Amino acid sequence: MEAQPTAAHAIETVFRLESPRVVAGVARIVRDIGIAEELAQDALVAALERWPRDGVPDNPGAWLMATARHRAVDLVRRRETYARKLAEIGRNLPDAAPPPEPAHPDDIDDDLLRLVFTTCHPVLSREARIALTLRLLGGLTTAEIARAHLVPEPTIAQRIVRAKRALATRNVAFEVPYGPEREARLGSVLDVIYLIFNEGYAATAGDDLLRPGLCEDALRLTRLLSGLMPKEPEVHGLTALLEFQASRTAARTAPDGTAVLLKDQNRRRWNRMLIARGIRALARADATATGAPGPYALQAAIAACHAHAYSYAETDWRTIATLYALLAARAPSPVVELNRAVAVSMAEGPAEALELVDALAAEPALRDYHLLPSVRADLLSRLGRTAEARTEFERAASLTRNERERALLLRRAAEAG
Amino acid sequence: MPRYLSLVRIDEASAPAEGPSEELMQRMGELIEEITKAGVMLDTAGLTPSAQGARVRWEGGSISVTDGPFTESKEVVGGYALMQCKDMAEALEWTKRFLKTHEEFWTVTCEVREIAEG
Repeated sequence: MEAQPTAAHAIETVFRLESPRVVAGVARIVRDIGIAEELAQDALVAALERWPRDGVPDNPGAWLMATARHRAVDLVRRRETYARKLAEIGRNLPDAAPPPEPAHPDDIDDDLLRLVFTTCHPVLSREARIALTLRLLGGLTTAEIARAHLVPEPTIAQRIVRAKRALATRNVAFEVPYGPEREARLGSVLDVIYLIFNEGYAATAGDDLLRPGLCEDALRLTRLLSGLMPKEPEVHGLTALLEFQASRTAARTAPDGTAVLLKDQNRRRWNRMLIARGIRALARADATATGAPGPYALQAAIAACHAHAYSYAETDWRTIATLYALLAARAPSPVVELNRAVAVSMAEGPAEALELVDALAAEPALRDYHLLPSVRADLLSRLGRTAEARTEFERAASLTRNERERALLLRRAAEAG
Repeated sequence: MPRYLSLVRIDEASAPAEGPSEELMQRMGELIEEITKAGVMLDTAGLTPSAQGARVRWEGGSISVTDGPFTESKEVVGGYALMQCKDMAEALEWTKRFLKTHEEFWTVTCEVREIAEG
C-alpha cells in the first residue's frame, strides 16, 4: 500500500509539475536554459527549506516561479551593471536582456513552446535532444532517464551538460521559429517525441518495473504540445498516433513477456478510452489541416483503421493500402513499401503483393531486414510455392536477432513442407 | 504511468441550492484546462443530481432498482476525474488544487483511487 507522501516528496512532486514552466519562464529572462534550470533548482532548495517550516503556499507553482524569476532578474541586473561598468571604461555594451514580463497564461504557453523548440534544436544530436527534452519538459531526473535508456547515469548527466553548452556556445536563440524554418523545426520536435515513445514501446517486453514509462512520457509531451499548438495538424496527428499505439499496450505482450503480433492480439484488451482519444485527436488533425495530411496524420489514420476493426481479417485493408501509398508518396521509405505490400496482400491477394515485395529485393536498406524475407515467405506460402517459401523462412530466421522469432520462423519453414 | 480515478463526493443537502458560483466554474475551468494541457487529465465531468439517478443492486440472486435521490447516503458522487499521473503524490497534488477552487462553505471529498491495469 502506498503511504501518504512525505512533505519532501510532496514538494518534489509540486516541483516536477511546475519545473518545465519555471525553467521556461526564467529562460526567457536569462536566455540560457542551463542557467534557467539552475535557478529553478535554487527555488526548489528554497522551497524545501521554507515550506516545511512556514507551510506550503496556496499557489505553490506561482511561489516557485516568483522565487526563480526574482533570482533571474537579480542575475540580469548584475550582468547589466557589469556591462555598464565595462562600457564606462570604453567597451561596447552588449545587448541588454529584455525586462521580465508578468506571467499571463498565454505567456507561459509561449515560454513552454520556446523551451520545446530549444531542447529539440537541430544543432543537438538525436540523443542530446531526447535527454534534454525528457529532463526539462518531461521533468524526469537524470537517474530516471539513464534507467530508461539502460545507460549509466553519468553518461546522461554528461550528455545533458554538453547539450546545454552546445546551445549556449552556438548562440541558439530561445524562441519559437516562424517562416520557412518553422516546418522543419516542428518536424524535429515531433520526431523527438516519437523517438521517445518508440524507445519505450520497443522496451515494454522487458520486465524492469523500475524502468520509467517512456511511452507515457511521450504521450504526455504530445498531449502538452497539442494544447500549446492547437492549430498544427501534425501535432494532433502525432497525438492520435501515440494514443492509438498506446491503446494496444496491454495486448501486445504475452504473460511470459514475449511480443504478440497485431494479428494475434486480443482486441478486447485494447484500451477503448485511448482509442476514443485517438479518434478525437485525428479528427482535430483533419479539422486543422489546410493541405494534404502529413506523415503522422497518415500513420494515425492507418492505426485508426486497425482500432475500428473487430479482427485482423475484418480490417479495412483497402483503405490501409491506400493510406500507405499516400504515406510512401509523402515520406518514401522501403519499410513503408513493405507495410503497403502486406496491406495489399490482405486487400487484393498475395500475387499483387508479391510484385511489390519483389521490387524491394534490391533495396540496400532492407538487405539484412528479416521482415522482408518473412513477408515474402508468407506470400509464397499463400500462393502454394512451398519450396521457395521454406527457403525464405529460413533466410528470415538467419537474419533475426530475436531467439523466439527465430524459433517461430524455423517452425514455419518446417511447416511449409 | 498509472491512471487515477478521483471520485468527487458532495453532500447534496448542504451544497448551495443554486449550484456552483460563476467564479467557481471559472476557476475550475481554468484548472481543468491546465491539467488537460499538462497531458494529465484524460476525462472529467460533473454529474446531474442524484435525484435524476438510480441505484441498481444485485443481492441474493435478484435485481432491485432504487430511484434517486440517495438520501440515505450523506455524500454522493457528484463528479469524477480520470488522470494519468506519475504517482499517487501527483494525483493528490492535482486533487488538492481542484478542491482549492471551491469556496470555503463547500464540503467536498475526493476519493482518489489507482486503476488496476493489465
